[in-house]
Amino acid sequence: MKFRHVALAAVLTLGFATAAQAQVKGPVKIGFITDMSGVYSSLDGPGGTAAIKMAIHDFGGSVLGRKIELVTFDHQSKADLAAAKAKEFFSQDGVDMLIGGTNSGAMLAIEPLAAQYKKPFIVIGAGASTIVGKQCNGYTSLYAYNTTALARVTAGAVIKHGGRSWYFLTADYAFGKALEVDATKVVEADGGKVLGHVMAPLGASNFSSYMLQAQASGADVLALANAGGDAANSIKQATQFGVTKKMKLAGLLLFITDIHSVGLPAAQGLYLTAPWYWNLNAESRAWSKRFYAQMNAMPSFSQAGDYSAALSYLKAVKAAGTTDGAKVMAELHKMKVNDMFIHNGSMRPSGLMIHDMYLMQVKTPAESKEPWDYYNVVQTVPGNEAFGPAAAYGCPLDK
Amino acid sequence: MTEIFGVPVSLLLGQLLLGLLNGTTYAMLSLGLAVIFGLMDEVNFAHGAFFMMGAMFAWMGGQYFHLSFWWMLLLAPLLVGLVGLLVERLMLRRLRGMDPIYGLLLTFGLALLIEGLFRTFFGVSGSPYNPPELLSGVLNLGFMYLPLYYVFAMVASVVVCFGTWLLIERTKLGSYLRAGTENPSLVQAFGINFPLLVMLTFAFGSALAGLAGVLSAPIVQVSPLMGSNLIIVVFAIVVIGGMGSVMGAIVSGLALGVIEALAKVVYAPISSTVVFILMAVVLTVRPAGLFGKEK
Amino acid sequence: MSWRSKAQLSTMWLILLLAVAAPWLGMYPVLGMRIMSFALFACAFNLMAGYTGLISFGHAALFGGAGYVTGLALTSWGWPTPAGIMFGVFVALVIGLAMGVLAVRRYGIYFSMVTLALAQIVYFYCLQADFTGGEDGLQGIPRGTLFGLSLQSDRVMYYVMLVVFVASWWFIRRIVRSPFGQILQAVRENEPRAISLGYRVNRYKLGMFLLSAGFAGLAGAMKAVIMGFETLTDVHWSTSGMVILLTLVGGLGTDLGPILGAVIITVLEEKMGAIGHFLEHITGVHWFASLNDNVSMINGAIFVLCVLLFRRGIVGTFNARWGGARAASG
Repeated sequence: MKFRHVALAAVLTLGFATAAQAQVKGPVKIGFITDMSGVYSSLDGPGGTAAIKMAIHDFGGSVLGRKIELVTFDHQSKADLAAAKAKEFFSQDGVDMLIGGTNSGAMLAIEPLAAQYKKPFIVIGAGASTIVGKQCNGYTSLYAYNTTALARVTAGAVIKHGGRSWYFLTADYAFGKALEVDATKVVEADGGKVLGHVMAPLGASNFSSYMLQAQASGADVLALANAGGDAANSIKQATQFGVTKKMKLAGLLLFITDIHSVGLPAAQGLYLTAPWYWNLNAESRAWSKRFYAQMNAMPSFSQAGDYSAALSYLKAVKAAGTTDGAKVMAELHKMKVNDMFIHNGSMRPSGLMIHDMYLMQVKTPAESKEPWDYYNVVQTVPGNEAFGPAAAYGCPLDK
Repeated sequence: MTEIFGVPVSLLLGQLLLGLLNGTTYAMLSLGLAVIFGLMDEVNFAHGAFFMMGAMFAWMGGQYFHLSFWWMLLLAPLLVGLVGLLVERLMLRRLRGMDPIYGLLLTFGLALLIEGLFRTFFGVSGSPYNPPELLSGVLNLGFMYLPLYYVFAMVASVVVCFGTWLLIERTKLGSYLRAGTENPSLVQAFGINFPLLVMLTFAFGSALAGLAGVLSAPIVQVSPLMGSNLIIVVFAIVVIGGMGSVMGAIVSGLALGVIEALAKVVYAPISSTVVFILMAVVLTVRPAGLFGKEK
Repeated sequence: MSWRSKAQLSTMWLILLLAVAAPWLGMYPVLGMRIMSFALFACAFNLMAGYTGLISFGHAALFGGAGYVTGLALTSWGWPTPAGIMFGVFVALVIGLAMGVLAVRRYGIYFSMVTLALAQIVYFYCLQADFTGGEDGLQGIPRGTLFGLSLQSDRVMYYVMLVVFVASWWFIRRIVRSPFGQILQAVRENEPRAISLGYRVNRYKLGMFLLSAGFAGLAGAMKAVIMGFETLTDVHWSTSGMVILLTLVGGLGTDLGPILGAVIITVLEEKMGAIGHFLEHITGVHWFASLNDNVSMINGAIFVLCVLLFRRGIVGTFNARWGGARAASG
């Protein structure tokens, strides 16, 4: 009797094991959740999907003998849609890792799920520093940039180039205020002065009245602590009101798509920071040409970041020999990343990817030789200087 | 006396001037709504989308057909008016005689649809549109520099607003309109083609939104979403002015622009809601609006 | 009891049975809970719109506003879950009172425009206030416990939501059939007559608006607890538009319409990608694949079609065709 039980158990175990193995032999699934249609879709969206597909292709289409698959979802900038789908991806669709796109609210909503299901979650398009702050959980990585780094690099570098006194045009909500605080710290630490600020409501569209206030301040630098359409409108109207004749403009969160939509005549001379630019070096140019062939636009840094994140994940899976979330994360933390997108990259325990950032100045129309040729690289800033001390983020994992 | 509210007078003057400019945009948009409402008791939720279309058409004209700003200043409102005409003829007319709320719902859906269509074809990030060469200079007012184009836009809007007012109050066509507002069947009995009148009025109101859009194109980024938030502010203005009152729309539009500017100087966080708060106040004191008659 | 009421009753039992069994039939509980919160929201909206004829364009302020304060109470103040939810409902009532007092003075479209403008004040407040986290949203709302029962598991939460939903729905149905509800329907049909009969019409309307606000708040508070966060989307005017759409598609002024509308639109919103790919596959038209990228455009199109061709909505049309005379409660 006993023997039969043992035999039965053995057979059952074997059966389960083969069943489990058969399941494991399925494809490795990468999920991608971003805004495909809303306000920020031009800088990530469908272009991000194309970039991840390029990464899968460049990796050879399979890892550990399993096919690599991509599933995508448009969260329409609704956090509840994003979180519900992420949960479904992890719990039912067998997605092994998730790449997160724009909208920090949506990404913060997904973050706890990554820890719950122990799956790597790499955020690219959203730059809220809080993602790797108190909420950090060991499974989430903020990979491409964060608003703190952009504000710090721009502030630090513009001061070095002679902009000593600052005036802020700040979007009147949490995000704008955070940008202003981050930049102010650096300005004051480097001996500069903040002369004042004006808060503009989101979507104000007419920023001309704020331009008058900025002009009246007599500051050297007008810092734009806003994003997207608001930033584009501020740049346009700053030029119309002749603000740029006396003041330097510094964008704290601008993407190349913003510059493209404002046009060089208005944006020329503006300082901004980016982790990457398509025309940075031969490697980035070659990759971007491939991207352009598909999307008919040059990639933004978040699209390049999507590519790099997928590639790094696949490399980590290969090195770990498994798709087990914890082991892959350990591998990602160990890796030194150097690819088309990331230069001198390594991940802090919080999940923040530290890598070089670049201060850019927007070219004059005469300097620009081809479409999308928009930036001069003014300075390269090493990662640790750009992202600042770990203690400032307040992630318990950083200790 | 160089400071008021702790703000230098020169700065305050500049703010008021720019507020007045915003006010002219508001006035033109609420005027279009008021004209339509006066005749057909219908509120056009797609008015913001029509505004956006005006600006987008101007941009497209320049981009694809190399038409100058001046051409588009004429063509874009006509095109938007044509769209309005079709909307009235093909859709709104079917809802005649029903609760006007259906017209509001229809045009709300239409606004989403139009914005979505423009978004699929032109993306969301917007495009630059520059003022014409002639108006690209800057005017030195002593206390501030004002781009010449802003002066032009302001003057043009004011002229159009008061032109429309004269048209309605002082011409024969206007008297038909006013009579139609009071008693449609009577007007029809006098041999006036009332449905045609309604259709043309709707087209005219839409064209005003389109014109406001073209005039705004060189000032703000042209993008498919530029009208969607504006329309809510304009609604509040129309309620403040009294629905259907042409003069009310013009005056409260201009006034609200200036009040908003003042709010920016005095207490910035309130500048985005001051219009709505004012609306609430007006509603408690004069439910029909400042210039409206209780029906 | 007519055969029609019987048919309706059995439909209701069938829906309830399906809802109880759904998590065991492979339906994803979070989707189910989202549908129920939107359905409850739509029922609340319908209470005002369907039975008084006043269409509010500002219900998002009640829904999202309650979500935010419930979230605040649970995260920052450490309140127990039921207290947090009740607080959310309370705040929705307060906002509703302010909106209602101003808005019920106006008829028809004025009412819509006034509610829309007032809701914008709440939106901008939520955008600028520190506790809401701006576009990061208010994150990490704990589900906590209900009478000692942990709500952490999705299935437990699902059944709690189901109980809340069914109870609210039943209560709303009672209100509609109460003398109070009947008076309001009389007002909708002929307001001057109701006034001449001595009813203080505006008070009745305000009462109904408050009830509607309370249930909208309950829906928003429950959703915040279910999802564990609250973001600006819920207070944005597009959400006010969405709840109108849900109700319109299902059938204004019907008991089951809002539920059906919520199921259809919520599923559509989530599965648009799959539907788009399917259409692309069978028609070969590549454009369909882009449907996924433009759900608000689709919603706009549904709006237009509904108003032009299908004003009664699905349930309303069904009732009109097979239900004989149109009963007030349909």
